[in-house]
Amino acid sequence: WLVLAIAMVRFYMEKGTHRGLYKSIQKTLKFFQTFALLEIVHCLIGIVPTSVLVTGVQVSSRIFMVWLITHSIKPIQNEESVVLFLVSWTVTEITRYSFYTFSLLDHLPYFIKWARYNFFIILYPVGVAGELLTIYAALPYVKKTGMFSIRLPNKYNVSFDYYYFLLITMASYIPLFPQLYFHMLRQRRKVLHGEVIVEKDD
Amino acid sequence: MKHYEVEILDAKTREKLCFLDKVEPQATIAEIKNLFTKTHPQWYPARQSLRLDPKGKSLKDEDVLQKLPVGTTATLYFRDLGAQISWVTVFLTEYAGPLFIYLLFYFRVPFIYGHKYDFTSSRHTVVHLACTCHSLHYVKRLLETLFVHRFSHGTMPLRNIFKNCTYYWGFAAWMAYYINHPLYTPPTYGAQQVKLALAIFVICQLGNFSIHMALRDLRPAGSKTRKIPYPTKNPFTWLFLLVSCPNYTYEVGSWIGFAIMTQCLPVALFSLVGFTQMTIWAKGKHRSYLKEFRDYPPLRMPIIPFLL
Repeated sequence: WLVLAIAMVRFYMEKGTHRGLYKSIQKTLKFFQTFALLEIVHCLIGIVPTSVLVTGVQVSSRIFMVWLITHSIKPIQNEESVVLFLVSWTVTEITRYSFYTFSLLDHLPYFIKWARYNFFIILYPVGVAGELLTIYAALPYVKKTGMFSIRLPNKYNVSFDYYYFLLITMASYIPLFPQLYFHMLRQRRKVLHGEVIVEKDD
Repeated sequence: MKHYEVEILDAKTREKLCFLDKVEPQATIAEIKNLFTKTHPQWYPARQSLRLDPKGKSLKDEDVLQKLPVGTTATLYFRDLGAQISWVTVFLTEYAGPLFIYLLFYFRVPFIYGHKYDFTSSRHTVVHLACTCHSLHYVKRLLETLFVHRFSHGTMPLRNIFKNCTYYWGFAAWMAYYINHPLYTPPTYGAQQVKLALAIFVICQLGNFSIHMALRDLRPAGSKTRKIPYPTKNPFTWLFLLVSCPNYTYEVGSWIGFAIMTQCLPVALFSLVGFTQMTIWAKGKHRSYLKEFRDYPPLRMPIIPFLL
């Protein structure tokens, strides 16, 4: 993800625009974000104590954005909203993975812990905004092309409309986002609040 | 005869909720629950869980005070199970929905399909057949709920009715929409496919009903006894030789039959989801049987002969 961050910064410094940014980093993004599927496996086999469901939802939404939106719907790749969520994801993931790495090495600098439990307060809503705006921008193209959709009649008597699926997905952010956000806030209170008490004892 | 004293504490806060003195040694937990309701009427017996240890298992209604490992002053811990609803109510509601909803689609009630199709009828025989099968299936379920099933637990948590109804009603609407659609495509192999599927469906429905009757006969009315089910003279019950829960086996079979009959992917998905849930239940039931009965037939699998 640091690679991604540096690539994005260099691109912007060289080109001065976000146009074409996605195209230049897309392979790296797809590679690393898809690998995150392993995180679900880690929860399933128990080497990580987090709930499979929570991790599943978060990773799925990322995979969905990368493969089913930005990869598949080329016209929206130069939208500003794409940069918005790319930046948010990049900073979040660098912080998160640093936190895990240092924790495993038993040498966790306080500022990494601080970052992991405070950055999200801004990054999470910013990322969600970027994602929602991108999906919204994609809607006209989806409707026009009828992509990923199955129409009647067909021999399996089923139909699927990607346009309505996207609308429902956008709506699902409304119940899901607060739950994940408050979960993080509660974790923050537990971790950082506990930290404060220990320092007082010292 | 020495009387017992029973104090009931909240399992979480350890607050003293109730003190009963002069309790008969032969009193059952059910009777104690009734006494507790008198002082706390909002906690009717069905939503009380009483236990000897705050984190332990619930005591059964039939347990007798004298037989429990307590002194003459017994301490019981109370947990509120939340609002309860009777199984019968839940079943009737969750089964009446699909029956009614499917018919709305079958008769092409306005605002479902385009206005030119309102109240029209499909020209495919299989669509009419499917409606008959689906409707009779749910009528059977409703009648079984009223006259056949003997429930060991009277109630379940209230939130289950919302979850269950969403599942049954939602899937019924989704399936019915496609089967009764003006652009419905009949099965690829035509009448042959429909006939075969109908045979599977009918056989499995009869099988499922036979098992329900056999299970009912295992348990006298009003009791909660549990016995190992065995095959009877009815050939449909011979599946008990191979499977602990043949009622679930037959149920999955019925829906597979219906899926083949209608050649509709949503029906296949409904069958798959149902199969997953019934497998979980069958495995649980199978495990309970094994735990409770030492002489449980070793050949039996939970739901699929020899496999699952």
